[in-house]
Parts: sequence; structure tokens; C-alpha cells
Amino acid sequence: MDNESQYSGYSYKSSHSRSSRKHRDRRDRHRSKSRDGSSRGDKSVTIQAPGEPLLDAESTRGDDRDDNWGENTTVVTGTSEHSVSNEDLTRVSKELEESSPLECKRFLGPVLGGCLGLFALVTPLAFLVLPQLLWREALEPCGTPCEGLYVSLAFKLLVLLISSWALFLRPPHATLPRFFIFRCLLMVLVFLFVASYWLFYGVRVLEPRERDYRGIVEYAASLVDALLFIQYLALVLLEVRHLQPAFCLKVVRATDGASRFYNVGHLSIQRAAVWVLDQYYSDFPVYNPALLNLPKSILSKKMSGFKVYSLDENSTNNSTSQSRAMIAAAARRRDNSHNEYYYEEAEMDRRCRKRKARLVVAVEEAFTHIKRLQDDDPAASSHKHPREVMDPREAAQAIFAPMARAMQKYLRTTRQQPYHSMESILTHLQFCITHNMTPKAFLERYVSPGPTMQYQREHGRGRQWTLVSEEPVTSALRQGLVFSLRRLDFSLVVTVQPLPFLRIGEEFIDPKSHKFVMRLQSETSV
Amino acid sequence: MSFIPGQPVTAVVQRIEIRKLRQGEHLILGFSIGGGIDQDPGQNPFSEDKSDKGIYVTRVTPEGPAEVAGLMMGDKVMQVNGWDMTMVTHDQARKRLTKKNEDVVRLLVTRKSLEQAVRHSMM
Repeated sequence: MDNESQYSGYSYKSSHSRSSRKHRDRRDRHRSKSRDGSSRGDKSVTIQAPGEPLLDAESTRGDDRDDNWGENTTVVTGTSEHSVSNEDLTRVSKELEESSPLECKRFLGPVLGGCLGLFALVTPLAFLVLPQLLWREALEPCGTPCEGLYVSLAFKLLVLLISSWALFLRPPHATLPRFFIFRCLLMVLVFLFVASYWLFYGVRVLEPRERDYRGIVEYAASLVDALLFIQYLALVLLEVRHLQPAFCLKVVRATDGASRFYNVGHLSIQRAAVWVLDQYYSDFPVYNPALLNLPKSILSKKMSGFKVYSLDENSTNNSTSQSRAMIAAAARRRDNSHNEYYYEEAEMDRRCRKRKARLVVAVEEAFTHIKRLQDDDPAASSHKHPREVMDPREAAQAIFAPMARAMQKYLRTTRQQPYHSMESILTHLQFCITHNMTPKAFLERYVSPGPTMQYQREHGRGRQWTLVSEEPVTSALRQGLVFSLRRLDFSLVVTVQPLPFLRIGEEFIDPKSHKFVMRLQSETSV
Repeated sequence: MSFIPGQPVTAVVQRIEIRKLRQGEHLILGFSIGGGIDQDPGQNPFSEDKSDKGIYVTRVTPEGPAEVAGLMMGDKVMQVNGWDMTMVTHDQARKRLTKKNEDVVRLLVTRKSLEQAVRHSMM
């Protein structure tokens, strides 16, 4: 089947200004040729089958940047296959920064903890085995009590092993800027503990070749008991203490004001930051820089104020008053930019809704063209020409063509086109067809901006966030603390407030006390 | 016209004497009353204080004995023939007004305009 003939209605890049369109088209054609060679010059559109969006999904820059790029730069034009354009540079640098330092640092902590844990688990067995190896003949035989101790030792070790596996052996999902204090504390505790046991063992058992084997077994059993208690302490400190909510965090995205409130327990700042970021990826709508600014046509009227030049040298004190005067004059000047903003918003809404209506109709119609082949319908299936039976990918490609144009226009209106490449739309369509979804379910991904998780690609290297705070990041959360989590082009500002103390009283209502009377209002004539 | 429980009630009243009219076998006075301590005071359209449970004149039939005697809609009836009307049930009030062996009822009624008139005349 000829796949490429289906893509006729779709052009990947939208354009805002006509002058940059030429550059972009030429660049697109050259780039697509160098990539997969499937570009095709039609009369009206440029067809490109991109593999992935050009920039990182989280920090895209809008198309207005492209306008300036096309008109101002003279050195890097990107019109030949061998040049590196601006976008390529930023992408490469971003990949570099995300790759290098995280690989080793990420696994250092868990590896250390794992070694320590293994050492601690092997120690009781070593305590038991060493006397047997070294001076077996001299040992006193030890009967039933020892066997009981062996069994209990074995089970306690098993419990320790299983619970360590369940609690601690998890792939870490964040690296923190400073040491995780509780974890360090516990590792030091375990180390000191086991070391002191070994010390005593060496001095009291190995040197004088102690013959009382039962005492040695009891010694090993006491070590395992103590390890169980340390694990209990670890459980409480690392897992349980922060479960009860104590603070309310307000998280505001600095660029567009999207905000959420979360309840957390007693955490340090860095752990709270990790927790907030976990919630950020699934709660906040994705950051779309194209939606941020007022259109230039509205702002330009405000910008064109009058400039004040001061001609004498020692007029530093006059400049502030002059700037204040300028600002006051600008404020007093009658401007109708709010009117324009209002009408522009209304127009934008209307346009968006119209495009959405067209899209919904197109998708509904497209979905009526295919249906699932029923296996238990022998008469129909025997009539079907074998060539007409399609797998989901082909079915998706078959019905994509009629809705492609409407989809592209809609994405362009809502400024979402950097997030959805044609390939990703086809994959999603295939997914929906496979799972018997309705057109509305297919469209839910496009009509509202989903959380950032939806647009993530698999990244083994992780996301780089910077924690900016005035307090040391290992200090505990308290009221009035403010810290921010910065990424390259936006940041989240987090404010901490304690949850109010609740005084809950009690009022008992007797079930028999629910009684009612009619409200009377009679009028009698006399 | 509001009252404080336990304190004597003071009001400027007008004395109205109504002669009952015989209509068939009934003696009618020609007005309707509303209110009473067993009624809901909040629905009384004539009272100023919506917790006032007194007896109010809600309607006066035109050309009836009450109108002729000078009773007006919205008056609060304070006494009927010497019997107090400020703390009675609706039915008790009706009974006091419709005693078959009485031809004349002498009411003491109060209304807001009376108080204003007294205040004006004192100034």
C-alpha cells in the first residue's frame, strides 16, 4: 500500500510571517531529505514525516521566535545540509547537559547502602560459621537450645532480607543536591553497630577461642534483633514520618500562573521539592510558551511612550522624577488597549471553537469508515476480500487523511502543534482504534492541554531541575518558607504554610429530637 | 408596638365602639382578624416587629359596622370589652369578639399614626 499518498493534506510547520516561510520551507525540505528522504514537493504544501519534535517537549519556544530568527540572522542560515542551525545547537547542548554528571552520581548512594546492608546481613552468619571453621574440635556441643536459636535466627534473617528488599531496594528516582540526612544517619548507625559487634567478637571470641558455642549463637541472635530494630527505625524515619500531612504547599508556575495546593508532612526542603515535582508532572498542564504573551499589536500602543533625554551631566536626581513623570503621564493617557484585548480574546475563542467543531465532525466521520472485523461472523468474513482486512496501523493511516487538515488547523489555532507530530497523532489513532475508543476519546488528548507527563519521551538521563532556596536545603519545612524550582525557561515557586490546628468539638443530637410544627396563619372574619 | 416581656406595655390607643349588625342569625362586626400567640408572627404583614403575636385587623368590609365606627386595616386590637387581646390565642380572640349576648363591642386599638399624631401635637 502506498503510504505516502495519504499524507497530502498535512504540512508540519505553521508560519506566522510570510518572509520566514520561505526559509523554513527550504530548511524543512533539506532537513527531511537528509533524514528520511520522504519529502515530496506538492504544489501547495510541504510534506515532512518527522520522527520527533525538534525541541525538548518541555521547553519549546514559540513560532514568533522563528520569525526573528529568519529575519535577523545573517551567519547561520540552515539552508544547506551541512550547517548546524540554532535549534540543533540548543538541542545538542541540552542533551549534553542532561547526560554527563547524572550517570555516576545517581547510583553511588544506593550502591553504598547495598554494600552496607549486605555486610550487615552476612555478619551473623559469619559469626556462626567462623568458630566452626577455625576450632571445631574444641567447641562444646550444643543441643536443643542452639537449634531453636538457629531456626529463629534463620527466620529473622529472612524477614530482614525480605523487608530490606521491599523497602530499600528500589531504583532511586531523584538525586538530591545535598545528603539525605536520615539515610546517612541510618547508614552510619548500621555501620557503627556492626563494626562494634565485630570488634567485640574479635576481642572476646576469636582471640581466646571461646568454646561456649551457645553463647556465640546467642550473640549472633542479638545482633539480628538489633538489626531488626534499626530497620524499624529506618521505616519510621524514612517512610512513615512524612505521611501525616502537616504543611500546605502552594506551587505556582512563574510563567503563566498555574497553581496548585498540596498537603505534605514533615519533610526537608529537598525531599519536599522531589515530591512537588512528582505531582507537577501529573497535575499541571503542560507549559506552552506560545500562549504566554499578549499579541504585539495590543502591547505596541503602550510601548510607544515618549523618551526623556537629560542633557546635563549631574542630573541623576532629576532622572528618577522624570521617569516617574513619564510613567504617570503614560498611565493617565487614555488608551483603549483593554478593548482590543477583549475583542481579540473573543475572536480567538470563536475561532478556536469553530475549528474544534470542524475537527470533531471530521473525526466522527472518519471513524465511521472503519469497523472491527467480527470473528464470529463467518458469512461476512468469507465475503471480505483478503486484501481489505487491515491491521490497526493501516486502518489508522487509512482514516487519517480526511481529518488531517482539520486536525492541523485546530492544533495551529491552539498553539499546540509543537507537541503533536504527525507520527504521534497516527500512533495515538492506532492506539484508539485498537482499544475501541470513540472519536471523543481520541480527541480528549488534543482538546485540552494535558499534564506534562503525557508529552514525555523516555529519557534515561532524567530532567535537570535547580532548587533555589535561601535556607539550606536539608532544613525542615516550616511556616513562611519559600523556595523555587527552576528549569531552563520557567520556574515553580513554592510557598509553605502550616495546616491549621483543628479543634473539633462534639454535639450530640437525640434522634427523637427531630420534631416539626406547622406555621399557622389564619384569618377569621368576625 | 413591640414589647419587652415583664415590662408594662404602653401604647397610644383609640377607643372604637362597634355595634354588631344582625345578618340572618349571625351578629357580624365586619372585619377579619389575624394573629395570636399560637400563630406565626413572621407572616403578619401589618406588624412592625415581626415577633409581635398580637391580634391585628387584616380586612375591613366596606360599609360594615367596623368601617363606620372607624376601624382601619392594620390596627392592632389591644382590648375588647375590657378583656386583654395582646396575649391570646386566635380562637380566644374570635370568641371574645363574637359573644352572642353582646350587642356592642368596645375595642381599644392602636396604630402607628396615632403615636405620630400625639407626638406632633406635643411639639
